[in-house]
Amino acid sequence: MDNPFVQDYVWPGLWMLGGILAVMLPVVLAVAIIIYLDRKIWAAMQLRRGPNVVGPFGILQSFADGIKLVLKETVVPASANKGVFFIAPVLTFVLAMVAWAVIPWGYVNGVKLVISDINVGILYLFAISSLGVYGIIMSGWASNSRYPFLGGLRSAAQMVSYEVSIGFVLITVLLCVGSLNLSDVVEAQRNLWFFIPLFPMFIIFLISALAETNRPPFDLPEAEAELVAGYQVEYSSMTFAMFWLGEYANILLMCAMLSILFFGGWLPPFAFLDFIPGPIWLILKIAFFFFIFSWVKAAVPRYRYDQLMRLGWKVFLPISLGAVVVVSGFLVAFDLLPNKG
Amino acid sequence: MILQTITFYLFAAITIAAGFMVIAARNPVHSVLYLILAFFTSAGLFVLIGAEFIAMILVIVYVGAVAVLFLFVVMMLDINFTELRQGFLQYMPIGGLIGIALLIELIMVVGVWQFGPEVAGHAVPQATTDGVTNTEALGAVIYTQYVYAFQAAGVILLIAMIGAIVLTHRTRPGVKKQRISSQVYRDPKTTIEVKKIPPGQGI
Repeated sequence: MDNPFVQDYVWPGLWMLGGILAVMLPVVLAVAIIIYLDRKIWAAMQLRRGPNVVGPFGILQSFADGIKLVLKETVVPASANKGVFFIAPVLTFVLAMVAWAVIPWGYVNGVKLVISDINVGILYLFAISSLGVYGIIMSGWASNSRYPFLGGLRSAAQMVSYEVSIGFVLITVLLCVGSLNLSDVVEAQRNLWFFIPLFPMFIIFLISALAETNRPPFDLPEAEAELVAGYQVEYSSMTFAMFWLGEYANILLMCAMLSILFFGGWLPPFAFLDFIPGPIWLILKIAFFFFIFSWVKAAVPRYRYDQLMRLGWKVFLPISLGAVVVVSGFLVAFDLLPNKG
Repeated sequence: MILQTITFYLFAAITIAAGFMVIAARNPVHSVLYLILAFFTSAGLFVLIGAEFIAMILVIVYVGAVAVLFLFVVMMLDINFTELRQGFLQYMPIGGLIGIALLIELIMVVGVWQFGPEVAGHAVPQATTDGVTNTEALGAVIYTQYVYAFQAAGVILLIAMIGAIVLTHRTRPGVKKQRISSQVYRDPKTTIEVKKIPPGQGI
């Protein structure tokens, strides 16, 4: 036990592995649950009953689907580019998982619950989410088929466009925080959650998050009415399941980012509710935003492609760019900058 | 320290292998994908030397935006591989000569490379003082000491952007566009006419 190797590498390694499992397993489990909830909410808004056969209230439906997908045969198109074809879903899934490393879950008994408390946390999240587009482009190209290719092209243009406005929204938040660390972002909201002073930025981020995760009304890459299912057409069995898992894990991640950047992360809405631990607040906020995502899916029709591009480049980009100027000017004029000196 | 060393050699080996595959891969799309891998592992190397801000910016700008556009264009190219390979032997002597010349120059430069006497004895210099993150230190320097160079770089990029738009933009006649503003500002009085229809008579 006193062996320096064990002291320096084995215990920290095991501690880190435990942390990773403690975040990753709940995320995968949560994905299974929110797929069920998504279908239930969607069904309720359309006056249907939704999944109701497997288990009580159909709650085991996602697990039944998962087992079915695992047991099915993986079909690879004969003219597909095999290596890239298989890397694409793995990449989507892995990127959706690694981003959770920097999400801070709050304090329990004075211990900060976060796998990696790096001081460029926001940039890390932004970098990982900007990589997400590769899973889709690669699958679209490697399938060597028309619908996936069109889906891949659409998603490349769409995700790159909306990342720009997401970046500027992040800058306005950073101006108010004065740090790139996600825990600092949450701590800066102890008195006032940022969605109140930065409400327009919050709306832009919410809509851009919908576009970034290819959720309706921006689900053009997989538009089932015209592209069958876009980049997923040629995928079956486990490869399809990995796209599905990655997509929903990304949606949860965007909900977590919304909660952390604008809704005070693990902080309770009122100080007297402090006795409820931080992680529960964060999970409740993520669930709230996921409900909004589902609601939008049921309520809003799909955008046309040129309207989508117009919204990204001609509406959100000028507004968010102007907001960076306005917010920084306001902070300087009223001497509210967080890091003076 | 051993963990950092192992990680460094892992990243460095992957970077070099990926860089080699960029020129060796037969399929241009694979080349771009290897290029992306090389960018990504170089970002890992930046993290290892403690430049986490530059590493993240490298991933965001190069991998997240520039390489996507590369891939976008290369994917759409219709390349005939046999035609591409035809000139290979013809140009090999010239290409090889240039390669050898470059290699000799590199060896000559690196062979006489000497670190300054004040650098040789020191450890890696600490870029920032304690309590200041890399990002803050970089911002403090860029916006004070190097503000003119920084602004000049920005202006050059802006001019390049405007130039690219001016050169490639063409107005085609007869394109039907949706004018959202005119749709929104349409007046009900001029577009809808309410007709009173007396019962039993029709219009």
